[in-house]
Amino acid sequence: MEIVLSLGIGVFAASGVWLLLRPRTFQVALGLSLLAYAVNLFIFAMGRLKVGAPPVLESGTDAAGIADPVPQALVLTALVISFALTALFLVVLLAARGVTGSDHVDGQEPGQETGQGKPSQREPGR
Amino acid sequence: MPAETFLVAAALLPFLGSVAAALLPRDARNAAALLAGVVTLASLACIGALYARVSAGPVVWILDWLPTLGVGLTLRLDGLAWLFAVLVLAIGALVVLYARYYMSAQDPVPRLFSFLLAFVGAMLGIVLAGNLIQLVVFWELTSVFSFLLIGYWYDNRAARDGARMALTITALGGLCLLVGMILVGRIVGSYDLSVVLASGDAIRSSPLYLPALVLILMAALTKSAQFPFHIWLPRAMAAPTPISAYLHSATMVKAGIFLMIRLWPVLAETDAWYWIVGTAGMATMLVGAWSAIFQHDLKGLLAYSTISHLGLITLLLGLNSPLAVVAAIFHTVNHATFKASLFMAAGIIDHETGTRDMRRLSGLWRAMPHTATLAMVAAAAMAGVPLLNGFLSKEMFLSEAVDNVGDHPVQLALPVLATVASAFTVLYSLRFIRQTFFGAAPHDLPKAPHEPVRWMRLPIEVLVLACIAVGLVPNLTIGPALLVAARAVFGGATPDYDLAIWHGVNAALALSMGALAGGVGLYLAFGRRINNNPRGGPWLMHRLDGGWMFERAMTGLVRGARWLEGALGATRLQAQLRTLFLVALIAGLSAVLAGGPAAVPSVPLTGIDPAFALLWLVGGACAVGAAERAKYHRLSAVILTGGAGLVGSLTFVWLSAPDLAVTQLLVEIVTTVLLLLGLRWLPKRDEAIVAPPDETRRARRRRLTDLVVAAAVGTGLAGLAYAVMTRPAPEGIARWFIEAAYPQAGGRNVVNVLLVDFRAFDTLGEISVLGIVGLTVFALLRRFRPAADSLERPRQQLRQEAADRAHADRAVGDTATDAMLIPAVVITWLFPFVCVLALHLFLRGHDLPGGGFAAGIALTIAFVLQYMAHGAQWVEERLRIRPIAWIGVGLLVAGVAGAVPWLFGRPFLTAAFQYAEVPVLGKIPVASAVAFDLGVVVLVVGASVLMLVALARQSLRRAREAAVEQDSRLETRA
Repeated sequence: MEIVLSLGIGVFAASGVWLLLRPRTFQVALGLSLLAYAVNLFIFAMGRLKVGAPPVLESGTDAAGIADPVPQALVLTALVISFALTALFLVVLLAARGVTGSDHVDGQEPGQETGQGKPSQREPGR
Repeated sequence: MPAETFLVAAALLPFLGSVAAALLPRDARNAAALLAGVVTLASLACIGALYARVSAGPVVWILDWLPTLGVGLTLRLDGLAWLFAVLVLAIGALVVLYARYYMSAQDPVPRLFSFLLAFVGAMLGIVLAGNLIQLVVFWELTSVFSFLLIGYWYDNRAARDGARMALTITALGGLCLLVGMILVGRIVGSYDLSVVLASGDAIRSSPLYLPALVLILMAALTKSAQFPFHIWLPRAMAAPTPISAYLHSATMVKAGIFLMIRLWPVLAETDAWYWIVGTAGMATMLVGAWSAIFQHDLKGLLAYSTISHLGLITLLLGLNSPLAVVAAIFHTVNHATFKASLFMAAGIIDHETGTRDMRRLSGLWRAMPHTATLAMVAAAAMAGVPLLNGFLSKEMFLSEAVDNVGDHPVQLALPVLATVASAFTVLYSLRFIRQTFFGAAPHDLPKAPHEPVRWMRLPIEVLVLACIAVGLVPNLTIGPALLVAARAVFGGATPDYDLAIWHGVNAALALSMGALAGGVGLYLAFGRRINNNPRGGPWLMHRLDGGWMFERAMTGLVRGARWLEGALGATRLQAQLRTLFLVALIAGLSAVLAGGPAAVPSVPLTGIDPAFALLWLVGGACAVGAAERAKYHRLSAVILTGGAGLVGSLTFVWLSAPDLAVTQLLVEIVTTVLLLLGLRWLPKRDEAIVAPPDETRRARRRRLTDLVVAAAVGTGLAGLAYAVMTRPAPEGIARWFIEAAYPQAGGRNVVNVLLVDFRAFDTLGEISVLGIVGLTVFALLRRFRPAADSLERPRQQLRQEAADRAHADRAVGDTATDAMLIPAVVITWLFPFVCVLALHLFLRGHDLPGGGFAAGIALTIAFVLQYMAHGAQWVEERLRIRPIAWIGVGLLVAGVAGAVPWLFGRPFLTAAFQYAEVPVLGKIPVASAVAFDLGVVVLVVGASVLMLVALARQSLRRAREAAVEQDSRLETRA
């Protein structure tokens, strides 16, 4: 299982990083989501893997035998925060596109920066 | 009243007064001056009342803040601090009176007094600091208020430039001071002044001594305007004259001197101290005196003279002789009295004649005999004429210079140079008096000179009286205070000294008289030529323009920073992120390589389940697919990302993390809904963007690099994860939580107990973040302006409406409604079920998988599903959802749940629990943590619903605005 999970984490992370390096904001938003999955799983894996031993106490549970609850608690908050992050990023990217007219991460298409100084190329009042 | 109360009152009053003065109306000149005077005198009375206590030993008041880290507020008043505090407050009170008459009614005077009082507070803070870091804080505050006061007339360019230069130089020293104090703190192991003062040997023998010394001296020398940092002081003369008299002559520039005296017992008496402090003092004394001779501006002369005297004091401190330190303390007090009175006299001359140029002034003695007499006495004190205070300390200085001639050839020059500098002092004092008050009657002055109002002269009278009194009967006036101050520095080892006018004929007296005679002779010989000095600057030194060099240095700094920014900065996000990942990779790799060969795995691994492998095959495919599709096929990319999230959720189920699985699944749903809502505002594929061939090649190369970086990061993370998972887990904190969860918190679900009980403070922070994000999203969307090409309604909607219009029996919008008909019914009926699910998750959370976050998101989904099925209008007609209120209530509930333990004397967020018998449900545990969890639920619902609904309503708002626009267009046409 360990090898499968670590490969999986690697694939998620690689896809996430690839998307983070792309020029379109939406790609970056998805990349952030994927990287968040990878990192959450990574943190979770730091508690080592246990099958069928959730950290829920029942009479006669062996404390040493159950999964480590600490990384799980960390990841639980991280899950909610990554949702908030995705939401904020999505809204910022939509607003940025409204302001700049471009969904490029730099707010302008790569060819445009030469014309930055010319006021005629920039939309008035924006 | 205990002594500590007086101490705290004295330290606090100026700051309170400052705030009060700032609140006064702009023209409240008298009220502000009265307030400042009363506050300063009250503070002075508090300090004065402590004299008896202080002569027995320091008064210390401690306010603990973080006692385990040794952080707190410590006020410590010993003899040295007492003397400086009295100096600061007494001259402060006189300056307040003087400033009331000096400042014009047009100036915003309350601002001046507000800054002035704040400065008094900061200066007292330095003097009373019982903790090194605290001293640094107040040190910086004096720099800041000095900046504000120099720049008081901010419409004057010279004032702005002078303020900026003073701040730049003194704040640079302040930064050095912070580092130096931290070094001292590391050597000693404490920042407490009493402990530090007792650790002199440890400090001097530490290898960190030299860096700490250099850094602390950087601060002292910049603050006390020592060569070559003295350049800021003449430019600070752009401040109103009361400020120059107070900050830039009597008090703030003495902060550096104070610091050197304060730390003298632990830093001095080494060769490094001797050479650095002694050389700086000597150079400053000579450069200052030499430059003062050639000034034509009264304030300029006094500024360079101040520099010279500060150099003299520094030189005394550098001599490594306790007796010289006593002389330094004595001269500090004397200098403050005569120099402040001279500044005030210069201010009166400027005020009454309209000029400060000595070449234009002459014969003022006739017009203002009273002021002239006062200025002459003060100037004589400055020159070291017998029977005045300046003579006493100057003679002590000369005697120290004679006594401390070492065997190094350079040291032989000490008495000679000291005498030369004294002669220069006589020269410029004489020139000041002769040019200003004697000679032909003045003509062509901007104003006809006359005596100032009586109250404006009073402060000078008091100070000059002090000069004479100390000069005549030192033992009855300054003697006891000086002894208490010296005892505070040296303790039992206080040197014997004799404050007397007559010590018999000795070397010091001879040098003193020689300096007087030399100064008079030099003036007679060169006085006229100095007045006609064509080049303006001092002879030999006119090429050394400190201001020009400072500007050059600043320009160089800015240019260097720009160059660095150009060389290292990236304006493009992609390049920045690429660098970030590369740095992370290198850091990770170097850690692995430095760690040596990997140990052999020795833990039993869990066997590979083929189903699990298959699951991850799907997961990996989803992730890679999402990465590939995200550019042009956003919908499928969102679906594939959702798939990857689902695989993650299933992994959590598999690997014993049911709480994570539930939360991940629910979060996945809301995230997907959110992304789908966003898709509508994103641009269509723009076929017009066609890259030129060389751009395509470059893009291909860039993509290849990115691919390599991504693959490397993925491989690294995978390798790291595998390496960790195949090693035995160290004994962490998990065991304690598992064992304590039930007995201490009454919960069986350890993860939930961790979140709402043991680590509840983290959770409180986290839900606050969530609430803030929700409000931010809401605020951003309120002003949302979509891009022009997204304004039009989606093609599908238009086509549906066209079809509706084409059929006579269909109303517009029917198609959309019909399409959702069956799902809408199902979803409507799902609402109560999802709500019950959320309740279920919430109630079982403490003992079984579930909990506040999961419940909150489940409830969000219940609401959002209704929006999806029926649209916003339908839902809001039936349900009043006020997400912002939910956020507030949630935070309030969680906060109150945390605060209740205070009532029982327990720390914030302490939880209690008990079992309660509830009908139907049976025996359930009631923990106070459940109340906290309720807050979590409410807040999560509020924030998530707020975000989703705010985004969803954008399309409605657009449609409504478009309709309004169309109507108005029709109206104008009609």
